[in-house]
Amino acid sequence: MSEPVHILYFAWLRERTGTGEEALVLPSGVRTIGGLIEHLCERGPGYKAAFQAQNLVRCAVNQDFAGADTMVAPGDEVAFFPPITGG
Amino acid sequence: MRVCVQAADFDVSAETEALLARCPEVGAVASFLGVVRSTRDRPIEALTLEHYPGMTERALARIAAEAKSRFSLLGCTIIHRHGRLHPGARIVLVLTAAAHRQPALDATGFLIDWLKTSAPFWKKEHFLNGGATWVDARAEDDHAAASW
Repeated sequence: MSEPVHILYFAWLRERTGTGEEALVLPSGVRTIGGLIEHLCERGPGYKAAFQAQNLVRCAVNQDFAGADTMVAPGDEVAFFPPITGG
Repeated sequence: MRVCVQAADFDVSAETEALLARCPEVGAVASFLGVVRSTRDRPIEALTLEHYPGMTERALARIAAEAKSRFSLLGCTIIHRHGRLHPGARIVLVLTAAAHRQPALDATGFLIDWLKTSAPFWKKEHFLNGGATWVDARAEDDHAAASW
């Protein structure tokens, strides 16, 4: 079995999915962030609610900002979060 | 450059002294201090700041390096707190040291504008009369960061 991706959720994405982090073996055919989001949405209503407003979901791969077309590979750290509100 | 993400409060005077001690040819130090704000319309009991450990420190170090090269800074300090904070509490400190005032002032504005849009922090407001909401990002913050 291939190495999983480590997925992190922050702020209301964490609250809606009900998890802060999880490990997931990428299903065959999932190669991008967009594909991963589609797969996650099939996992239950919490995930669907979290990713519903896709224009409000930001992403990072290995701690660099990423987009829907960014490639995901086994062993990557992927994070989903709302637009930043620091400072 | 000193970049720190911490739960504990910080001492502005001590940080200023420490920055001065690191920068012997300094002629100007500028600073920005962000504080937890409540409003009369909808007072808050507390603010929770969540962040992405690891990415936050990397993002802050990156914008500090960018400011240093853009404005010829002699040094800078960025301290950002996380966790549950009450109104009036210090959240973030930006200190910049330069030979003259203009680069120090400009670098401070640049750093706080960029920090607001590129360092992964999220604020949740807990209201005095109950309830809590995540603070929405503001389009003006994106415009401010893009203006540099």
